[in-house]
Amino acid sequence: MIPIGANEMLFLMQGLKWTVALAAIGFVGGGVFGILIALARTAKRKWSRTLTAGYIWVFQGTPLLMQLFVVYYGVALFGLSIPAWVAVAIAFTLHASAFLGEIWRGSIEAVPKGQTEAANALGLHYVSRMKDIILPQALKISLPATIGFLVQLIKGTSLAAIVGFIELARAGQIISNQTYRPLLVFTIVGLIYFALCWPLSRLGARLESRMAKAAR
Amino acid sequence: MLTSIQTDTPLISLTKVEKWYGAFHALKAINLSVRKGEKIVLCGPSGSGKSTLIRCINALESIQSGTITVDGTTLDNNSTSIDAVRREVGMVFQSFNLFPHMTVLENCTLAPMRVRGASKPDAERIARKYLERVRILDQAEKYPAQLSGGQQQRVAIARALCMEPNVMLFDEPTSALDPEMVKEVLDTMIALAVDGMTMICVTHEMGFARQVADRVIFMASGEIIEEATPEVFFTAPQHPRTQAFLGEILAHH
Repeated sequence: MIPIGANEMLFLMQGLKWTVALAAIGFVGGGVFGILIALARTAKRKWSRTLTAGYIWVFQGTPLLMQLFVVYYGVALFGLSIPAWVAVAIAFTLHASAFLGEIWRGSIEAVPKGQTEAANALGLHYVSRMKDIILPQALKISLPATIGFLVQLIKGTSLAAIVGFIELARAGQIISNQTYRPLLVFTIVGLIYFALCWPLSRLGARLESRMAKAAR
Repeated sequence: MLTSIQTDTPLISLTKVEKWYGAFHALKAINLSVRKGEKIVLCGPSGSGKSTLIRCINALESIQSGTITVDGTTLDNNSTSIDAVRREVGMVFQSFNLFPHMTVLENCTLAPMRVRGASKPDAERIARKYLERVRILDQAEKYPAQLSGGQQQRVAIARALCMEPNVMLFDEPTSALDPEMVKEVLDTMIALAVDGMTMICVTHEMGFARQVADRVIFMASGEIIEEATPEVFFTAPQHPRTQAFLGEILAHH
């Protein structure tokens, strides 16, 4: 057996860097599109609600793994040659936008109706009503669920390994193959994921209990 | 009754207004005309359509037929008329509906800035004027949750006044309040009435109706059953349903 040294750890850290980058891209991209989806999903026009409901169903009803494949090979089908990380980033953005869109739709609808009525009675229009009144309150309501999804997304990045992308899990697999110490390597990999996700989970739980107290 | 500044031009008129919620006939052939400076108290049993009626006046509810005209603007489905009417009409809700993530001052300055295009200093000057008027200026930097119900409702009144409306609608403004806070809100409304504001109030506060109303309107099952001056309304109600309602409500006071 080959010992796990500084080189191996460095390789894992490079994988970690991609895991974090991928989750960040997915979260930011998904956040931007997710907010548009949430708004379209709560809009007055029926076609806009139906269309986005369909989008959400598709992405919630199929495995992330399949979504990665479809985007990775689908983009190649158009004759476009893009780096693996771009394809993966697109897939994660689409995936995250559907889930965040649905979380935020629920949060928008959870803001008491009286808020919209008061805004209407004051003559505030849609943009101000959303930007100044509804979304700030919806964002607060959505925080625990949003953070929960971020944790899922971080762990979900391990699936990017399937299209040959070397993130933390794939890096672990490579090191394990080189050193023949799978148990040790994957324990380290698991601990790194844990160190990343656990504080976020705790933060989500803390926010949730603080909100439950405020609602009393 | 208070002396009111009144003219003969109707500021608000409702003609043959009909409203359904699905199969439920919420408003039936409502005709109502309110002159500038007039104070109307709407009462009636729950589900009688009185809240629905005032919510139609600022287009929070749509109507199926009939016309509603406010200060020369007839409400239709285009947003221009709705905007014009909402600029003239302020509303106070039973559950206050203050914006919880904004301070009292921000609650009051948002709409003047966004709707009227007021600058921040101007909006704050106006807000302070009306917060002073409802005697809550000292709480301007607090958040709604830090205030009592009565204080919150006074802020809601100030927030509506900041848009400098010609008409104020009150939808059971004291119903959600603890008894000891009812008076401070009613006193604020009385002061507003004395200043000549045109007001339509849905309320069960019969003392307020006696003191302030030019007309009391009784509704039941979506219809206006009876309307009269407070003296006549309370001493000689004509319709049996009015008599029954007054019998019940006054027994509790």
